[in-house]
Amino acid sequence: MFDRIADPWGARTPYRAGEAWPVRVDHHLEAGYDDADVDWSRTAAVLHSNGDGLDLAVADGRLVGVRGRADDRVNRGRVDPKDLYGWQANASPDRLRRPLVRDHGELVETDWDTAMARVVEHSRRLLAEPGGSGRIGFYTTGQMFLEEYYTLAVIAKAGIGTPHTDGNTRLCTATAAASLKASFGSDGQPGSYADLDHCDAIALYGHNVADTQAVLWMRMLDRRHGADPPAMVAVDPRATPVAREADVHVAVRNGTNQALMNALQHVLITEGWIDHDYVERHTIGFSELSRTVEPWTPERAARVCDVDPGRIRAAAEIIGTSERLVSTVLQGFYQSHQATAASCQVNNLHLLRGMLGRPGAGVLQMNGQPTAQNTRETGADGDLPGFRNWANRDHVAELAELWNVDVETIPHWAEPTHAMQIFRYAEQGSIELLWICATNPAVSMPDLPRIRALLQRPELFVVVQDMFLTETARLADVVLPAAGWGEKLGTFTNADRTVHLSERAIEPPGEARADLDIFLDYAHRMDFRDRDGEPLVKWRDAEAAFEAWKECSRSRPCDYTGLSYALLRERSGIQWPCTTDAPDGTERLYTDGRFNTDPDVCESFGHDLATGASQGEETYRAKEPDGRAFLHAADFEPAPETPDSEYPLLLTTGRSLYQFHTRTKTARVPELDDAAPDVWIEVHPDDAAALGVGADDEVRVESRRGSITTPVRLGTVRRGVVFVPFHYGDWDRDDAVSAGRPRAANELTETVWDPVSKQPMFKVAAVRLTSCDGEVA
Amino acid sequence: MRLGHYVALIDWAERALGDAFVAVADAHAEEHEVRRTSLRFARECEQTAGQLEPFRSRYTADVGASSPPLPGQRLGGPRPGPLGLLRDLHELAVMVAECEVGWTVLAQGASGARDRELLDVCERCRSATAIQGKWLETQLRQAAPQALVVTR
Repeated sequence: MFDRIADPWGARTPYRAGEAWPVRVDHHLEAGYDDADVDWSRTAAVLHSNGDGLDLAVADGRLVGVRGRADDRVNRGRVDPKDLYGWQANASPDRLRRPLVRDHGELVETDWDTAMARVVEHSRRLLAEPGGSGRIGFYTTGQMFLEEYYTLAVIAKAGIGTPHTDGNTRLCTATAAASLKASFGSDGQPGSYADLDHCDAIALYGHNVADTQAVLWMRMLDRRHGADPPAMVAVDPRATPVAREADVHVAVRNGTNQALMNALQHVLITEGWIDHDYVERHTIGFSELSRTVEPWTPERAARVCDVDPGRIRAAAEIIGTSERLVSTVLQGFYQSHQATAASCQVNNLHLLRGMLGRPGAGVLQMNGQPTAQNTRETGADGDLPGFRNWANRDHVAELAELWNVDVETIPHWAEPTHAMQIFRYAEQGSIELLWICATNPAVSMPDLPRIRALLQRPELFVVVQDMFLTETARLADVVLPAAGWGEKLGTFTNADRTVHLSERAIEPPGEARADLDIFLDYAHRMDFRDRDGEPLVKWRDAEAAFEAWKECSRSRPCDYTGLSYALLRERSGIQWPCTTDAPDGTERLYTDGRFNTDPDVCESFGHDLATGASQGEETYRAKEPDGRAFLHAADFEPAPETPDSEYPLLLTTGRSLYQFHTRTKTARVPELDDAAPDVWIEVHPDDAAALGVGADDEVRVESRRGSITTPVRLGTVRRGVVFVPFHYGDWDRDDAVSAGRPRAANELTETVWDPVSKQPMFKVAAVRLTSCDGEVA
Repeated sequence: MRLGHYVALIDWAERALGDAFVAVADAHAEEHEVRRTSLRFARECEQTAGQLEPFRSRYTADVGASSPPLPGQRLGGPRPGPLGLLRDLHELAVMVAECEVGWTVLAQGASGARDRELLDVCERCRSATAIQGKWLETQLRQAAPQALVVTR
């Protein structure tokens, strides 16, 4: 067995275009157990968005290991290092076992009745007054299960009637959804991981896949090591493993993606690398796009992005002359300036080249979290379930009919409230109950001093539902102990629409309950009713919730009606839409070049990409999209904060392969935590020399928001840019915060977001570095 | 010819609108999206007024007797709080609408005068103004229920 910490991607299994990706089964069992001692329980990976099919090993009523599922289309047996060891977090001694309530300023243990009674009493009191529904907000996650999100969406939209539901997916995947809606009419990944088996070029935009989806990277590496390897382009300010592997690395200055994208399209158009027939038949907007990118020569973009124009031409040549192109996009675009605009330009490249809907030709607008896709499908992110359009009366009426409630109950009079606005309302006091599930905003949101202050407002009643007493849970009024992955039944869907079933392998610790059971209990105690006085939420378990969701998804792009728990127990991973017409699921969307842009079908009537202004139904209809995709054009604009003499360096934040999110699980896993135990800042050697600091020196990093202290690592970033991983909060080092030496990257970031997707810009903040030498410790 | 009159009128109206956007941005600095987008629009207004500069001299003789400015081009605020924000955005929407009508009128005049150059400026600026209006409507739609019904 490889040391998968030292060699995270393991042994190569090379293959060539058109061949099946060879199986390689990774597995890990706790010392003292072997295969004969354990029962295997079906699931999929939850420490990233890849959706690798796994089996959990169970012995003596507890988890003792994991293996990859050889029959799964996503991973063919492989296991990401995080998943190889991450299951150990379930057995952490500091799991929450009993509910907590705040009494006289202290969180004290209590029973479920007492805790839920407080939540229900508070909810009822708010709802009894006019406008009460708008005083309750939910801030959830990309890590619960489909059944849980859907149940919550029904409670929020049809029970309470609040427009304030969103999740931390706003920070990670909102731009994927926004760009898919903008280009293709609705959410839904056009491509498939299997496109990697056929492609002759891969372009990765702000996507350090080697660290964020290690198994997907193994697939790319295996193609690269096989015969006829695909060419590879990487756009990233850092020399990530992906950038080092790529044939062309375009190390743009962060905050300049749109300039690069315009130049790539400029070259495609001037060189004639355009499928004019496809553009003519299947798209709208080519002439405006041509006008917009016309001035963006590689030389001009090179000056903005601070790269060699030859690199831009070389990247454009690979993109423009490939025959089967796969593009992937992630946080380097999503959490950056002009996020939706730049991500739409990746879609444009595929539309311009007719590179969609056939083997090897696909876009993958990635997700960050394992179940982010389900928040978008079910509407737990605020959207309407089933990719319905809030501005389409018929869509709202369908939901009202399905749930048997009045149309007016369902909030649909404006775009749903995004997370940043939910926190603003909580700060101002108009949201008085904020229910936070399976996420840790006290570390993951921008401008942490502000977030901590607003969560501690005495007027705000904060409910936190989690496996652990996170930084956020410590600020709560009620803490509800949640069962984790492996301790509850449900389904979830990865970034390429693959649905997996996850079994309940073991019992949750103490009195911890599945999130689904907590929501069902709340609905029951609140006595939410439909129009006929029947209980609004008509299901009592996960499978029944899944069946209810299937009805909601019927005839929508994310149609689940052909799936069932039985089928998902028979086959490992099935891609939606799955219907009677497509009983095996659907590998690629838009194979016929017809998109979901018909006004009666589309999920959104669209926005102005520069300002986020809703363009409205009339304007949308006037475009007569008729199933054609939109080529969106946007000029480059400078980022809101650029370096100056006071704050001369550009900060980008990001990830470590060994940690996930705010380390709630991964820091409790010895192998993973030992591999990346503490924060660091990556600095270019020239910048470090100018500052007189060297490797391992402690530096203070300051922005206009706050400061952190951290040791230095040299290399990997381009000159003028520094990188800090965002995982490291302070739950495990109280003394450091009280000593005024916090380390979370988001102490530094600004509260500023993309106008369309509302995703915060974690990748563009101006900072300065000073050596901590000579400071009084 | 009274084209100069309308050029001056809209030039003035765009400048007043730009000032109003700045005032609202400053007053609601905690509303990050409002602040940022208002400042963006303020810059647009300034550029728009700049684009009218050549036509001010071209039609300088046509200004005519001075007349009162457009009635809606003044901000009553800015005012604090969620309701204040709503009122401020509402007034901005009225100001923008008045500018949009102004561009339509001026565009018609430019057509009559066969002034292709002025017509191009009018069309460009009218669509920029239309986006400002749609953005304000988007913000108003979202802010209104919370400000009017929910906020105590």
